[in-house]
Amino acid sequence: MSALGIVSQLLAIVAALLLAPLLTGWVNQWRARLQNKSAPPLLQPYRVLHKLFNKESVLAEHASPLFRMAPYIVFGCMVLACAIIPTLSTDLPLSSAADAIALVGLFALARVFISLAAMDVGTAFGTLGARREMLIGFLAEPALLMVLFCASLITKSTSLTTIVETLGHRELAIYPSLLVAGVAFTMVSLAENARVPVDNPETHLELTMIHEALILEYSGRHLALLEWAASLKLFAYSCVGLALFFPWGVAQADAPLALVLALPALVVKLAMGGILLAFIETLSAKMRIFRVPEFLATAFLLAVIGLLVNILLGV
Amino acid sequence: MNGFANPAAWVHLDWVLALVVCWLLIGVAGVFTLRRFRFVATILFPAGGLVALALLGVALSAALDVPEVAVLPIGLPQLPFHLRLDSLSAFFLMVIGGASAGVSAFAAGYFRKGEGTPPGLLCLEYHLFLASMALVVIADDAYFFMVVWETMALASFFLVIANHRLPEIRRAGYLYLLVAHIGALGILLCFGVLQANTGDYTFANMRAQHLNPFWGSVAFVLAVFGFGAKAGILPLHAWLPEAHPAAPSPVSALMSGVMLKIALYGLLRVGFDLLQTRLWWWGVLLMAIGLATALFGVVFSTVQVEMKRLLAYSSIENIGLMCAGFGLSLLFSSYGMKTLAALALTAALYHLLSHAFFKSLLFCSTGAVLHATGERSLGRLGGLIRYMPWVAWPTLIGVLACAGLPPLGGFVSEWLLLQSFLFTAGLPSSFLNMLIPVLAALIALVAALSGYTMVKYFGIIFLGQPREEKLSKAHDAGLRERAGMLWLTAGCVVLGLFPNQVIAFIDPVTRLLVSAGLAETVATQGWLLVPVSIERASYAPAIFLLGVMASFALAYLLVRWLYHGRLRRAAPWDCGFPWQSARMQDTAEGFGQPIRQIFEPLFRMQRELPTPFDPEPRYRVVVEDPLWHWLYLPVAAVVERLSRLIGLLQQGRIAVYLLYSFLTLIILLLVVKR
Repeated sequence: MSALGIVSQLLAIVAALLLAPLLTGWVNQWRARLQNKSAPPLLQPYRVLHKLFNKESVLAEHASPLFRMAPYIVFGCMVLACAIIPTLSTDLPLSSAADAIALVGLFALARVFISLAAMDVGTAFGTLGARREMLIGFLAEPALLMVLFCASLITKSTSLTTIVETLGHRELAIYPSLLVAGVAFTMVSLAENARVPVDNPETHLELTMIHEALILEYSGRHLALLEWAASLKLFAYSCVGLALFFPWGVAQADAPLALVLALPALVVKLAMGGILLAFIETLSAKMRIFRVPEFLATAFLLAVIGLLVNILLGV
Repeated sequence: MNGFANPAAWVHLDWVLALVVCWLLIGVAGVFTLRRFRFVATILFPAGGLVALALLGVALSAALDVPEVAVLPIGLPQLPFHLRLDSLSAFFLMVIGGASAGVSAFAAGYFRKGEGTPPGLLCLEYHLFLASMALVVIADDAYFFMVVWETMALASFFLVIANHRLPEIRRAGYLYLLVAHIGALGILLCFGVLQANTGDYTFANMRAQHLNPFWGSVAFVLAVFGFGAKAGILPLHAWLPEAHPAAPSPVSALMSGVMLKIALYGLLRVGFDLLQTRLWWWGVLLMAIGLATALFGVVFSTVQVEMKRLLAYSSIENIGLMCAGFGLSLLFSSYGMKTLAALALTAALYHLLSHAFFKSLLFCSTGAVLHATGERSLGRLGGLIRYMPWVAWPTLIGVLACAGLPPLGGFVSEWLLLQSFLFTAGLPSSFLNMLIPVLAALIALVAALSGYTMVKYFGIIFLGQPREEKLSKAHDAGLRERAGMLWLTAGCVVLGLFPNQVIAFIDPVTRLLVSAGLAETVATQGWLLVPVSIERASYAPAIFLLGVMASFALAYLLVRWLYHGRLRRAAPWDCGFPWQSARMQDTAEGFGQPIRQIFEPLFRMQRELPTPFDPEPRYRVVVEDPLWHWLYLPVAAVVERLSRLIGLLQQGRIAVYLLYSFLTLIILLLVVKR
């Protein structure tokens, strides 16, 4: 574990914590622009977080300690997820502690806790949201794993840093398997981050919401942590996508100069990704909850096809 | 074995036998104190738990030692009992000792007066059950094996029908006994094939025989059938969801956590040790059955509304995953790919070990809930985390382990299993090369669905508002129950956080069965679990946990330091709806509804929907296992018809029976004459 490794690890965590709300703000801004609305300022998510942290937390009378713990656990999971994904550099000491499968496990852990917390107060919306979240989860999780396995089979590794190092160092070529897997990954990320075809982050129509129903009983600092965790999740998913499909510009070990250049590269890539996400969200309509399994099953099958293409063609 | 006279020279096998005798003595003591409930609960059961702990210690030390053999001059003349303690036996003794230590402590506080069988008698059956399981894994000849195997089946049968006054419990017990004996028939025939007409039924002789592929396959299929019936693999699983809810909770814990594993022990012993040939399609068969069982089990467990049935189906799922791992290992081994075979086998054995702990823990928690509330239906529970924190929090750990979430025990095995499924390239058959990584998708689906089930299980029982008035008077578990559950929880955590240390004990087993092990690769890496090479994959649960905990703590402190920690309690918000009641929460049926919709073809459902004009609207949905109607009931009908035909012979008149004897005699004479 080199000193530079520790520096790049800390830098990755700090960059994730700071850039994540910015990414959310960027997507919101573009979405408003594309829909001909006046856009909120870029820094709006920070203001919301600041406001929420300042407010006192109102807790349901019979909420258990699990309810109070859950936001911190979910936040902790997302921070660790951002720490093991090679965003700026592949020289991450923490990334050997958790590989791609553990990353999926980490997301699952966060999901289980947020669902349990939603069930804790015992309101109609909370349990409904928990059920829907777990429904999306159990369909999206295998699909995400299959996408990661596609990359693993190409690089003979499930370690995210090795995947990025191997993919980033090949000459520019189109891998048919990754192309299919990329589509699957986009679909999974839309579902997992509660984005439009599956869920609407801005909705407060009770019967259609999933993510909002889960966090309905939260307020103050707990809500702030959950909102922050949600934007960290979006950041993490975007970075996994970038790492798998656009791995260029990520610094290697012992390359301090590349580390400096990696940050602008990441910001540019994320900005492009955010615009793409805003486009997808604007162009598609939200689907009924029972169309979601079909949507995710398609993603799952696409990922499996990617895997098969990889095995059959060897690329 | 140096004789019992000199305790200083005792080897591990002597100690195991001594501990088994201790269990039997405790059981006998229970019979003599049939009515003295206090003595049984405070002395006998905890003593049984201590014996289990000692057994765990002996097994841990025996696992790394050379095999020991012994011959006990009891049994029939000319047929002494052969015993052998090798690393495979030691591993399963570990499972028995580790899980039953916790379950015994729990049982000490659980069994009450006035519930069917008196506690003293239960104590005998319980300890006989434990002792027979320990003897099964050290048996070294088919004769002794079958004797203790049947003892195990009968002891557990009597435990299942402890509350025998209820007809449905008697029915469940009967079904269990029936399937157990059909399975035993398969095992008996399997041993018959294995001895290859030599007439010598010791395992040593079976190992020396080289069966041709046909007879080897016959033996293997019989073993899968026989031991599979006991383990609950498809389609012989039907007894499991009936017997588990019927049995008292500690017994369900032992049956699910330990006894199912003993059945898998038999499968391993025959498939990997006694049979010298290995064919590739055996592995494929076992893997296919295993994956089908896993998917079937988990889908059915998500829609159950009775807590012990839910866990029973979840056990079926886990057994399926283990079988899939064994099958993959057999496949690799048949092609001589030792390292990968060891990886798959390690994954399956790791899962076996952690399942023993978390499933015992979860069954104990159902027992505590059942005692506190008298309810076993999920739809009438809720909110118990507030009244029973000593049950709820350990259960949460068990639930996370069962859902296969990091950093607990269930995840390590799932991770290893996915690794072994993923990197199969290099198999001679290109079709298998293609198929097996895709099967990893199925494993991932099963794992994700088990997360769904576990959220349902924990969320409906312990979270939300109590669905019945009386639940707010639920009492927490007693001291002995707590101790038992905490031991099992500690097991889940240790198995999750220290995989390398655990693999050191699995390594001798994989060396014995597939002549390769992971311990050497793993030992050099310190805290990292590295199954093959560091570039390929690594996982460090301790660092993982530390990372999440550090972020948790930092966030907690920073929020309080930069802002404030003010908190106010108020009525729930619920979008401003003021007439919130416990009946508006999702029910157990409701939580399973998406799964019912998605996997509809798998179920056999009966729905009763209300019309708008019903004065008392009623909604009812019954989900049934289609295999009952496709397999069990038709077979039962055929058997019934046959027995009716045979029944025609029975006329009840002595003259007719004399006629039968006469006819038999004449036929025999004809045959002998020729």
